[in-house]
Amino acid sequence: MLSNTPMFSNAMVQVGLYLVVLFVMTKPMGIWIYKVMHGESAIANKLGGPLERFIYRPLGTKPEQEMNWKHYAVALMLFNIIGMIAVYVLQRWQVWLPLNPQHFPAVSQDSSFNTAISFVTNTNWQGYAGESTMSYLTQMLALTVQNFLSAATGLAVVIALIRGFARHTSKTIGNFWVDITRSTLYILLPLSFIFAIVLMGQGVIQNFDAYKEVTTLQTTEYSEPDATGKPAPQTIATQILAMGPVASQEAIKMIGTNGGGFFNANSAHPFENPTPLSNFLQMVAIFLIPAGLCFTFGLMVGDRRQGWAVFSAMAIIFVCLLSVALWAEQAGNPILTASGANQTVTALQSGGNMEGKETRFGIVSSALFATVTTAASCGAVNAMHDSFTPMGGLVPLWLIQLGEVVFGGVGSGLYTMLIYAVLAVFIAGLMIGRTPEYLGKKIEIFDMKMTAIIILVTPLLVLIGTAVAVSVTSGTAGIANPGAHGFSEILYALSSAANNNGSAFAGLSANTPFYNTLLAIAMFLGRFGIILPVLAIAGSMAAKKRIPVSLGTLPTHGPLFVTLLIGAVVLVGALTYVPALALGPVVEQLLMTVIK
Amino acid sequence: MENSLKSFVFKSLRPAIVLFVILSVITGIVYPLIITGAGQWLLPAQANGSLITKDDKVIGSSLIGQNFTAPKYFWGRPSATGPYPNNAAASSDSNLGPLNPALADAVKVRVAALKSADAENTLPVPVDLVTTSASGLDPEISPAAALYQANRVAKARGLSAETVQAAITANTKNRQWGILGEPRVNVVTLNIALDKLVK
Repeated sequence: MLSNTPMFSNAMVQVGLYLVVLFVMTKPMGIWIYKVMHGESAIANKLGGPLERFIYRPLGTKPEQEMNWKHYAVALMLFNIIGMIAVYVLQRWQVWLPLNPQHFPAVSQDSSFNTAISFVTNTNWQGYAGESTMSYLTQMLALTVQNFLSAATGLAVVIALIRGFARHTSKTIGNFWVDITRSTLYILLPLSFIFAIVLMGQGVIQNFDAYKEVTTLQTTEYSEPDATGKPAPQTIATQILAMGPVASQEAIKMIGTNGGGFFNANSAHPFENPTPLSNFLQMVAIFLIPAGLCFTFGLMVGDRRQGWAVFSAMAIIFVCLLSVALWAEQAGNPILTASGANQTVTALQSGGNMEGKETRFGIVSSALFATVTTAASCGAVNAMHDSFTPMGGLVPLWLIQLGEVVFGGVGSGLYTMLIYAVLAVFIAGLMIGRTPEYLGKKIEIFDMKMTAIIILVTPLLVLIGTAVAVSVTSGTAGIANPGAHGFSEILYALSSAANNNGSAFAGLSANTPFYNTLLAIAMFLGRFGIILPVLAIAGSMAAKKRIPVSLGTLPTHGPLFVTLLIGAVVLVGALTYVPALALGPVVEQLLMTVIK
Repeated sequence: MENSLKSFVFKSLRPAIVLFVILSVITGIVYPLIITGAGQWLLPAQANGSLITKDDKVIGSSLIGQNFTAPKYFWGRPSATGPYPNNAAASSDSNLGPLNPALADAVKVRVAALKSADAENTLPVPVDLVTTSASGLDPEISPAAALYQANRVAKARGLSAETVQAAITANTKNRQWGILGEPRVNVVTLNIALDKLVK
């Protein structure tokens, strides 16, 4: 129905260009990650070596001394808990600290707690509005820092897991301090430097000025309740432009798949994402490291096809769901047509469901961004998912619920996907009656117990959390939209928190003690409830002997395995969430076709 | 907990704290300061907000939409910011769901306002002109939305249709590289250009 329209052909070209750029970047990125994590890059050693050694000196530990998985987990937890305390304290004390030109007061206890967990877990769920809450110092020293360190934590865990598969009869899986330091210095920082400068070239701001008052062309009349609560007419002849060090935070926000906006409107704000090019590069930045890691994985286990197999499974799920989102948003909302708006796509307008979307992005760049940001656990938004059509909104929601394995977050996407690979070979092993093995490692009871925990922890958090929130008044009080959509808002919030995405059906008023606490618990358990068993599997795999390939070995690099892997992801995701989705977006879609 | 693990917890406190502090200084202070320095030196106009000045007075940013309701101005995307539209210190969107009756009502009111300001206009009303933008600060509209308003603005200002069309064209951007995003007209710079022609 969309063929022979200008939009259709442009959608193909924009999406095609995106996929080509992603594909081309995967190998060089993967090689770079491999080299710097193994200390094998000559450039990195020359430029960063002195700084790296300077960092290790005061640590009081030997960088070459490796850790077993329990020690690795202890180091990781300590490092992350210190991060949470720092983010909490900086928010509570910002009123006394420098770089607060708008004199924002201390952030409330429950909001600070939520944000601390949110940024440390790489979720970047935001109950607050950045430009009216956070001082520049808090944005930099609390939030930007965690954008780096939470992504570095993800990288450390995935590298440790791959080491587990690549090694045999080994007690250790790496040194956490070294992995964190190298991830930050050689991967996240250089990419952020380059990207921040490119973003500024497109118009992203970077300054420490107080908010600027400008005189607008026309005065605005509006009404605001006066002291007695009666609406009183007001006029205003100025506009106050929020300022801040945005570009530096924006760059790592995308590269680290964090997604926490400097401003409330996130990547829809023209100062965060001013042009179609900045938007395109932001989408590339989200997938850059997660895609590259697939190649790193292939290199580390000594068989590049293993990496491409995982990459293919991710890409296939991505393209299928993207098509649904593009179709739904372009087809638009019949209620807008009935209200007098023309949603037809022509050479002069993008048409479609433009509520909550920016003109420069239109339908294609908005639907693509929404799919990318939820396939990865980024959660930045350039259009408001709450205002998407029912099917257009189902795609981001379900991608989140799949466990953020379609490229996924930095590190977290691949380590969770590798667990699904273990599940896939286990199911295949059951079907053909042989001991399952993956990458030359026998999958045994302990590994499957840990896998079961990893697969079950987020569905439990999402479904129980949603059930609690819809059962208590403090939960339903936050709902903004009536009917099935209100349920979707709550389901989306819990899905986003437990899977560490961070985007929202943002009509939900979530900056309340109830939601701040509930979602913080979901974020914490959804992150570390997976990382700890993943490290346990890493330790277990590293300790195993490597068994030679035999006739009974299921090859894990071909189309058969890719199909099995997609099957495992989609089946678990569908079986778990279809009943809940039926109550939200599915009901809404059916209603949309009858109400006009 | 095993004893060796317990002692490892205490032994790891120092590296955890020291490494956290060092990496915080590098990523949270040094990095943003270098980017700020680079921006202020290489790209000062962009880094400071793409501001537009007239007679030494800042009258807006080319990236941030303003509220226009007078017939002589091109109107931009509706804005859901509070307490007044296009509040650039509080970006926000409507978050109205697709079936929310409030959405249909708001669109109907906006369509009616456009029609009452321009009774003889028979063009279809472009969807972007009657739906709120994601940021509440979108400075741009589709070329169709500009075309829809061209006659009204020309009449209100006593300009010829050609003059107004030329101003629209001068403030239109095509897809970046011919591929990315959408064609669009910047309402803020367009209205400033028209103000220069006739007050």
